[in-house]
Amino acid sequence: MPEKLRMRFSKTGRAIWLSHLDLMRTMQRAFLRADYPLKYSEGFNPHAQISILLPLSVGVSSVCELMDFQLREDVDLAALPERLTAVMPEGIVIHEAYPMENKAKFLKWLRVTARLEYDDRPLDEMAAALTEFYARDSIVITRKTKRGEGQSDIVPAIQTLQVSAGERQVDLEAVISAQEPTLNPDHLIAALRQLQPELAPDFAAFTRQEVYFENGEVFR
Amino acid sequence: MDARLERILPRVQKPARYVGGEYHQIIKDKAEVDLRMAFCFPDVYEIGMSNIGMRILYDVINRMPGVWCERVFAPWGDMDAEMRKAGIPLYALESGDPVSEFDVLGFSVGYEMAYPAVLNMLDLAGIPLRSADRPDLTPLVFAGGTSCCNPEPMAPFFDLMVVGEGEEVDCELLELFRQAQKEGWSKTRFLEAAAQIQGIYVPAFYEPEYNADGTIRDVRTTHGAPERVTKRIIEDLDACPFPTHPIVPSTEIVHDRVNVELFRGCIRGCRFCQAGYVYRPVRPRKPETLIRQGIEALKSTGYQEATLLSLSSSDYRPLSELCDGMLDYCEPRSISLSLPSLRADNFSMDIMSRLQKVRKGGLTFAPEAGTQRLRDAINKNVTEEDLLNSCRVAFEGGWNGVKLYFMLGLPTETDEDVLGIAELANRVLHCWRQYAKFKNRGVRITVSTSCFVPKPHSPFQWEAQVTMAEYQRKVNLLRENIRARNVTYNWHDPDTSFVEAVLSRGDRRIADVIEHVWRHGGNLEAWGDYFSFERWMNAFRDCGVDPDFYACRERGEDERMPWEVIDMGVTRRHLRHERDQAYKAVLSPDCRKQCTACGALKLMTKGGCCDA
Repeated sequence: MPEKLRMRFSKTGRAIWLSHLDLMRTMQRAFLRADYPLKYSEGFNPHAQISILLPLSVGVSSVCELMDFQLREDVDLAALPERLTAVMPEGIVIHEAYPMENKAKFLKWLRVTARLEYDDRPLDEMAAALTEFYARDSIVITRKTKRGEGQSDIVPAIQTLQVSAGERQVDLEAVISAQEPTLNPDHLIAALRQLQPELAPDFAAFTRQEVYFENGEVFR
Repeated sequence: MDARLERILPRVQKPARYVGGEYHQIIKDKAEVDLRMAFCFPDVYEIGMSNIGMRILYDVINRMPGVWCERVFAPWGDMDAEMRKAGIPLYALESGDPVSEFDVLGFSVGYEMAYPAVLNMLDLAGIPLRSADRPDLTPLVFAGGTSCCNPEPMAPFFDLMVVGEGEEVDCELLELFRQAQKEGWSKTRFLEAAAQIQGIYVPAFYEPEYNADGTIRDVRTTHGAPERVTKRIIEDLDACPFPTHPIVPSTEIVHDRVNVELFRGCIRGCRFCQAGYVYRPVRPRKPETLIRQGIEALKSTGYQEATLLSLSSSDYRPLSELCDGMLDYCEPRSISLSLPSLRADNFSMDIMSRLQKVRKGGLTFAPEAGTQRLRDAINKNVTEEDLLNSCRVAFEGGWNGVKLYFMLGLPTETDEDVLGIAELANRVLHCWRQYAKFKNRGVRITVSTSCFVPKPHSPFQWEAQVTMAEYQRKVNLLRENIRARNVTYNWHDPDTSFVEAVLSRGDRRIADVIEHVWRHGGNLEAWGDYFSFERWMNAFRDCGVDPDFYACRERGEDERMPWEVIDMGVTRRHLRHERDQAYKAVLSPDCRKQCTACGALKLMTKGGCCDA
């Protein structure tokens, strides 16, 4: 019986606008195009046994997406990334495929970078003020939940966070909690809008860079 | 990606529609391209990408060396507003380049309600709407698609219109355009040469003159253009390329599957049906060609569904052979096959049950009229017995829903015909009670009616549309007489049908109305979100156009029709004869039983024959 497999892939460029559902459908079709037999569930409405570890919001780039899947037969995993990438839409690149060893629940931290654009505010001043803002002991934001609005402090979910002024934008890099609790990177910006709107950028684009275990080792 | 675009995409619905990048999109090296065409579809991505004509032409045109054809769709309202606010002009999906930089814009216009969206797209591209306001050769703005069989309502906007099937003529046109660009021709010189190509109509070279009563007296032809433009067809479909590597949209579209096109044309000759006349003669593909193309497309796309397309699939002679061949490939791979446009007869039901082994949802039939007399009058060759037999087979086979489509306002219709719809629905219900396999699941019978729109180049092109009040009266009559709990009645509002009736048989004086509607906020008029009857009525009033003249007036027997500059193959004499038969409620044999010399055969200039 072939084992459970995992692959790491990027979703960048035009592909960042695909929704999670779009991506799931794209993956299933790509496996068929590449002639890799995905394992399907039994029953009248069979669906492919694939699951993406941390679904990505529309508009966010990532170079560290992980997807679990099963095949009906053994294949050469070393050849899979190239063969599958060749039948992907623009912006989806498979980097590696390997037998799954670590359960998804052990994925704890996520490193993200963000490009914060300020159209007519000085970048160095913004960077300094942002550094100060995120150094607060607590940053309580209001977020919409299924049961209405809720208050939560995002500081415990931030492990590290650096801000620096670049040529045309302010760069932000942070290691944040990916699960339990989940901190959506967008909440870092929402906090600005809610608590210090003069620091909120005109535009922010996030990229997921890497995922880690609780102890800080890279998660695979 | 345009940085301005990156900023607005997070704010719009379904942004994946606006970025391209799908699998199998065609990207070319600009250094090796000397002609860039924007293939524009005046509706949203999900609709445009579902259009098989667009898929075929995108493939064919991109096979031309040095030509790069890209896709452009109409943005939905939210995106339209964001683009205008950010100053982003209409752009093509593949390259992201502004459409105004392209050499040629080709609009695929399948239905009349898309006319205002064409104007909106031109405006969003920053291109003047009217041909007369575009003096230069570039950009050339042309149109193709079924709506061009009456080119007149959009005549002032397009430089030229392509009539018929585009696979060959589009390429001939682009080659001529390339020569014109190289040799520095004026726009007029190019259009004069283009007008000599069969299938190309240059509206500026035709000047209609009107009688005092508003009808057309004559059309003066200038610049050596032909008196009538004859539509183009592909004689040998097997020899013609078909896209076996179609683009696979990353986001969901309406018809998200592999298309296999069985044949063009139709042998039936239903008298209300424009498609049944304008796509003649009948030309099939060989089953082995279709099986090969279908399998290749399934392999290359990873789609898990294929559909066998045509106007009347049951009339494809080797249908069994084709289905068997496709099923051999599809069944072991859990790929589903769908077969729309089936007739309600035993043979079709048998095929149906072979294809749909697992899921049994609803079945749809279109008897179109409620009594045999009216079905005979419209030449809809379906008897009540056929229909009830099909329903019986369906119910016995476990189906538990039937949808029945009808039109109200057909020529010669009486109240008896309207009430016949209710009776027919009752008989279908009775059939279910008698034969259903799973009675405990209940049954759902849905009756839908829409208001008949007389179309150009059909036997009913002379007919008056019923007034909206009369349609509503018929709807009320039917509603009062559909009483069974299991029968649901849905009716379409007549206001869109009324506007459609004006546009489909309109002349050049309608162009101002279309522009007026767009200038006052009209855009994607096929969508309930956009359509405003009031806006159309205001436009008719402000432009001094009486819509009833176009929609509700019976044309004189010898009246010159605005669309008669276009020759679709079928003769006026034949249409006239079919109309006379309708009034006698006499059926015409289908083309396979007996050729009625409709005239379409003359289009087969290379010696092919109509495969009716």
